Amino acid sequence: MQWSAPRNDGPSQAAGNTTGNTFIMSDIQYVAPRTLDEAIGAYAAAGSAARILAGGTDLLVQMRSGAVKPGLIVDIKKIGEMTAIEETKDGGFRVGAAVSGMALHDHPRFGKVWPGVLEAINLIGSKQVQGRASAGGNLCNASPAGDSVPALVAAGAVVTVAGPQGRRELKVEEVPAGPGRTNLKPGEIVVAFTLLPRPKGASDAYLRMIPRTEMDIAVVGCGVNLTMKGGVCTDARVGLGAVAPTVLLVEAAAKALIGSKLDEKALEAAARACSAACRPIDDKRGTIVYRTKVAGVLLRRATAIAAKRAQER
Amino acid sequence: MAKLHVSTTINGEPMEFLCEPNDTMLDALRGPLGLTGSKEGCASGDCGACSITVDDQLVCSCLMLAAEADGHELRTIEGMAQGEKLHPLQQKFLEQAALQCGICTSGMLVASDALLRRNPNPTEEEVRFWLAGNLCRCTGYDKIVRAVMETAAEMREAAQ
Repeated sequence: MQWSAPRNDGPSQAAGNTTGNTFIMSDIQYVAPRTLDEAIGAYAAAGSAARILAGGTDLLVQMRSGAVKPGLIVDIKKIGEMTAIEETKDGGFRVGAAVSGMALHDHPRFGKVWPGVLEAINLIGSKQVQGRASAGGNLCNASPAGDSVPALVAAGAVVTVAGPQGRRELKVEEVPAGPGRTNLKPGEIVVAFTLLPRPKGASDAYLRMIPRTEMDIAVVGCGVNLTMKGGVCTDARVGLGAVAPTVLLVEAAAKALIGSKLDEKALEAAARACSAACRPIDDKRGTIVYRTKVAGVLLRRATAIAAKRAQER
Repeated sequence: MAKLHVSTTINGEPMEFLCEPNDTMLDALRGPLGLTGSKEGCASGDCGACSITVDDQLVCSCLMLAAEADGHELRTIEGMAQGEKLHPLQQKFLEQAALQCGICTSGMLVASDALLRRNPNPTEEEVRFWLAGNLCRCTGYDKIVRAVMETAAEMREAAQ
């Protein structure tokens, strides 16, 4: 008998001894439709008791703790466009909502064009979590500290959602409504992120402050997306996480950077704008004062990294 | 409530089992499938003791529904040794005493194996980051990291 040949008791015997000690209730259904229309139909029909399953790295923890008791789980990973990464001919990207961090990491081109978005997504959890967790799930979980969201806000990513009323597009920053809440309508599912083609001299970066080196939740997260031309910043977007009930687009910080050579005066103004935008909470991860200060520090550092990358592109 | 019928492949063997819609893959492995090498530490994806691969992707089996295994290829710690012959990582963990209580060990081995399949020549930093999702409360990690680095070096040599 080899270890590599596990017992196959078959369904008849297996049926008797499922451990199932986690959940006692049995009025739950799992479906894995192959088309978006089927998924929307099932999800909308089940109402507020339904949950979308992408990577499940938030959902299964919430089910385990009893915080969520879904009547229906709709697994969207068998729907082609949910797990596809497409590079368009003009150099844009369309990333399915359920694409895992590892799949995006392993894409030959994505990280070269959007290094800040990629590093933000790859900061979510461990390698095991990366094998499953998706940007779509991170956005819909609507934690103010979700790592991928500030970088996607900075990138100007557009979110395609589909529901009983058809498809529509939102900006990433329009999706979160507050901690754990989104502006999606009943029955709507996030389908994909669209990232526009980038001009030469454009790049991005994401930094988060955590007291450890890995496996932690952001105390502050900052995404910066820059376009540089002849040493001058011609376009910028700044996203801030974990400093307000939702991830913020900080237009005043971007404005301070645009038209400058990223000199001390511009950086100071942008850092101040970030700190001014903060409306954080005091908790065990960081105080209001600390988060407010660090937001400006991360803006400076992320800008430096994005500028260096932009120069090399 | 009808159970779900799942057809999957585990360690190269076609397998079928029944599960509740909300059973995790770890529930199925340790229950009907009788594969108790994968451990439940935290049940929230923090500790990595339940690590398996799904289509060569390293995941926590506690964060995956058993129903999701349908049509996929899974590998667990039980598939690592070839009969009596231990995998080089298993042999090195023994030689280096890279374990004490053993609860994290199957997850450490599965995760380390997944790393070396992707990257046969990792730096120590890469090993430490890769294994950040596998918690060990006994060893302090040094022996584990050393065992992975030495195994990698020996496997590279053997491959030449």
